[in-house]
Amino acid sequence: MNAPASRSRFREAEKRRDSDHVSFLRHKGFRWLWIALLLSGASALGYALIDQQPRPNGGTWYGYTLGTIGLGLILWLTMLGVRKRRINPGAWSLKAWTSAHVYLGLSLVVVGTLHTGFQIGWNVHTLAYVLMLLVIATGIYGVVVYAVLPARMSDNRREMTRAQMLDALTALDRQLESAAQPLARDEADLVLAALKQSPFAGGLLARLTGRYPGCATARARKGMAGDSEAEQRVRALLEKRLAQLGQLREALRIRAALEVWLFLHVPLTMALIAALTAHVISVFYYW
Amino acid sequence: MSHVLIEKTDHLSDTIFKYQKGKHVMATPSNLVLRSDIDFEAGKRETILGRWDEQIAGHKVNVKLNAEVVKVEGAKGAFRIHLRGGEVVEAANIVLAIGTQGNPNRLRCPGADSPLIQYQLDDPGEYFDEHITVIGSGDAGIENALGLAADPAQRNVVTILNRSADFARAKAANVALLEEAEREGRVIVRRETEPAEVRDGELLLNTRDGQEAIRCDRIIARTGSQPPRGFVEAMGIEFSSPEPGSFPKLSPEFETTTPGIHVIGALAGYPLIKHCMNQGYDVIEFLAGNRDLKPADEPLLAAKFAALPGKRSVEEWLAVFGGNVGVLADLSVLQLRELMLDSTCHAYEPGQVIFRRNDPGSSMFAIAEGSVAVEVNPADPSITVGIEQGSIFGEVGLISGRRRGATIRAAEPVVALELPRMAALKLLATSPGAARAVNAIAIERQLLQMFGPGITKSDVAPLVASAELVQARAGQVIVTEGAEDKDVYIVRSGSMIVEKQIGERPVFLSYLPAGSYFGEMAVIDGSQRVATVKAAIKSEVIRLPGEAFLAFLAANPVLRDKALSEMTARRATNAFIEGQKGSFSGVVDMYSQTAQFLVDNGIGEATDVLLIDEKLCIGCDNCEKACADSHDGLSRLDREAGRTYAHLHVPTSCRHCEHPHCMADCPPNAIKRGPDGEVFIDETCIGCGNCQRNCPYGVIRMDAKPPKKPSLLQWMLFGKGPGPGEAPYGWRKSEAKKQALPEAKLAVKCDMCARIDGGPACVRACPTGAAIRVSPEKFLTYTKLAEDAE
Repeated sequence: MNAPASRSRFREAEKRRDSDHVSFLRHKGFRWLWIALLLSGASALGYALIDQQPRPNGGTWYGYTLGTIGLGLILWLTMLGVRKRRINPGAWSLKAWTSAHVYLGLSLVVVGTLHTGFQIGWNVHTLAYVLMLLVIATGIYGVVVYAVLPARMSDNRREMTRAQMLDALTALDRQLESAAQPLARDEADLVLAALKQSPFAGGLLARLTGRYPGCATARARKGMAGDSEAEQRVRALLEKRLAQLGQLREALRIRAALEVWLFLHVPLTMALIAALTAHVISVFYYW
Repeated sequence: MSHVLIEKTDHLSDTIFKYQKGKHVMATPSNLVLRSDIDFEAGKRETILGRWDEQIAGHKVNVKLNAEVVKVEGAKGAFRIHLRGGEVVEAANIVLAIGTQGNPNRLRCPGADSPLIQYQLDDPGEYFDEHITVIGSGDAGIENALGLAADPAQRNVVTILNRSADFARAKAANVALLEEAEREGRVIVRRETEPAEVRDGELLLNTRDGQEAIRCDRIIARTGSQPPRGFVEAMGIEFSSPEPGSFPKLSPEFETTTPGIHVIGALAGYPLIKHCMNQGYDVIEFLAGNRDLKPADEPLLAAKFAALPGKRSVEEWLAVFGGNVGVLADLSVLQLRELMLDSTCHAYEPGQVIFRRNDPGSSMFAIAEGSVAVEVNPADPSITVGIEQGSIFGEVGLISGRRRGATIRAAEPVVALELPRMAALKLLATSPGAARAVNAIAIERQLLQMFGPGITKSDVAPLVASAELVQARAGQVIVTEGAEDKDVYIVRSGSMIVEKQIGERPVFLSYLPAGSYFGEMAVIDGSQRVATVKAAIKSEVIRLPGEAFLAFLAANPVLRDKALSEMTARRATNAFIEGQKGSFSGVVDMYSQTAQFLVDNGIGEATDVLLIDEKLCIGCDNCEKACADSHDGLSRLDREAGRTYAHLHVPTSCRHCEHPHCMADCPPNAIKRGPDGEVFIDETCIGCGNCQRNCPYGVIRMDAKPPKKPSLLQWMLFGKGPGPGEAPYGWRKSEAKKQALPEAKLAVKCDMCARIDGGPACVRACPTGAAIRVSPEKFLTYTKLAEDAE
């Protein structure tokens, strides 16, 4: 056994076991926030102090510098998607990457804007700039939901996994099916419709809002008006089913909110990179 | 040789016969040569059984099926073996290879031998239109009842009987399923009901309200089984100790204390198939008069001793170890050989380091030749204390499960035996003398280590003499707040929690890992106990009488000062938390309850455990994906499952316990503690599933190693393969079939990414910082739990 190596690993592991649970936003005492502020501050200071001729513009040497920094940052920020999926050995931390991604991404607002020299028009250059702002805006939404929703998701879960929520629903369905046997035809049909409907039915809008206007269980609950023993039993079960559906749908809603922005953020990033390519080529072509 | 092979059932090899269809049977240890004339290599259950039946027929073995032995009488040369049904077999010698499974408990009511009764249910799908009664309220009974009622198309009427009112012995999940089935009318559950008489097509029941007869076409009795020990002891065979886990005393030829009866296989303490086959061969050779046959392990032992200096033979080395090492004195040759096989022999040059302080290690060393030096002062390696030939060291790591307390070097040329944890525990369990010796040494060393340099054996001798070992079950109170008793305790194994009643509720003050001591405050200043100390998990403490401790402190003023300053520090912590209680009682309650929640979920016995802060967890499951991608494509953690308190989630993932439950019953000893403290399963796993059943936290899964996935780049660019993380079951199954990969299901568990640079992948791959891995003594503190970071 390699004793010295193993001892250094022990020290590393002890440090890890002693570490606080700190979110990506506070990682290492806001290290990347400070770096991003420094970068933004320096860019702004340079913009203010350097006399760019004929006027501040992407084409001056300072404009090129900012543009190169911005392009480099954008390409590097895109690599988060690879970093997240490439689980190779080494002392990397995805949390540190996320932290850097968020703060450096935000600093692009300053770097990118100064690079434009506030010259906006109907062209591919401005398209790239607007796309960049859209990517950052979706990203900000992402940071907000990451900060707010996890605790809500945890509260809603009440220690149940999603598979267990579905199992609980199946168990209720089995009870409902036998409890509905003595019901009259029209009431039995209501129950059957509720059982037949997929708990996921309702589409994207329902998923995101948590509102399921076509919910057959809710309809069956409303239609179960009688007072016979069987009807009371079915009504109680339908209420349980509604509650269980509610928990499952809330879990899905939060999950969807945590993920939906990525369906804008990532394609917009692809579009941004395409626009940037056009922007860079055209700039050099018309040098 | 005139012989008969007596078999209880209607087929041979019942243990393997009962394996599920198609199960892959392993043939470990692979370095052991198979001597038997019957072949055995790893393969499918059916292949092995088929080959054995064929070869047993080919060798003209005289087999007697459906013969259950009820009693053995007589002595060597003239045994009389009584079979159920009255037949008697006469034999000169007997070889018992009956394993440890035992016989199912039979029903104890009239009609217990009715053909309606069966003790096993192989395929619940083969019965139709029957009234079936299941007797027994354990998991086996419930699972059978649910299986029989699963498909309504079979139209069975299934009844399950339970002697008591609740199903206390069964898993909660099974009970929930049964109650659900009862509500739906699929299974009739009769509580507080016992069978009174089995009649033809009818079962008479004793219920709370009197007798009642029900229709019954079949009875499945699952009322547990009787271990074979009683049957074996009835033949006059002695066991090594009254402990339930002990084995019969055996000679080198596997002969028991009853001459003429030999015991081999699991009953003799060898649960692996190959061992048993070799032992059977050896015993028969011995009985046939071949007295020169060396045991099958001879070449293995020779290889083990080859590295030692002096070119001595196996016999000579066994004599050196058995003769010189005190704790091995009571062992028989057979036990010594086996211990040697499980252990490692080392030779060290003078000055060579044997282990270092803070190295993980739960093995114990015994010095066969030479002596070693212990560096008692971490700051100054030149201060050492010697340990002489024949003694042991490293026992603190073995008992407490914690890291090495001091660096140990060879003082002169040393030949030492390293007993891995399992082998050492087995030694302590089988040899009471060894257990006493190790305990005395361990207490002395623990005291020496705790009080630090400058204290000698003679200083602590009176304390050692007055010390007493106390076992504590989880939750047991050792010291009660406000009490007047005056003893000092040392946590020897396990851990303690300290609580104080503040206002209405007990408040968690601190966590004491093994190696710490408590109770000294009341002794030193004569006050009442200021807090309650209770065991977090099953623990062992050393009780030192207060007067002896005071006398010891009086004789060592430096220690007295140290104890006083530590006391002040503890007082300050307690006072701080009490002070907080007034102004921020919500925070203290939260801290106290979170700590208690974590202890309830096994953190108290953990060394390194994954926790998830659900205020940060976005549910992306990247931890699981990273786990799968770091280890052969199977995730060793289930993020979503597990308990949560105040947004702190304990996922289903290995805690790397100080005393791992999974290690308790691993036939090939494949579960070990690695150099970084991780508990891991090595490649000798035979897939028996014992560890999975023994783990109280459900963190071990049984699965086949999945096929290799296309690379990440291929997936990102061309969508090839299932992508990052654990591949879906269907993909693994079909791809494995395509590539003709072996499907043996082996035990899979977290190894803390021990051999992976960068450390645990689950933590590295968490995008938000929700996943953390901590140790209890660092995490169960007020600062970590109450002032939680956002």
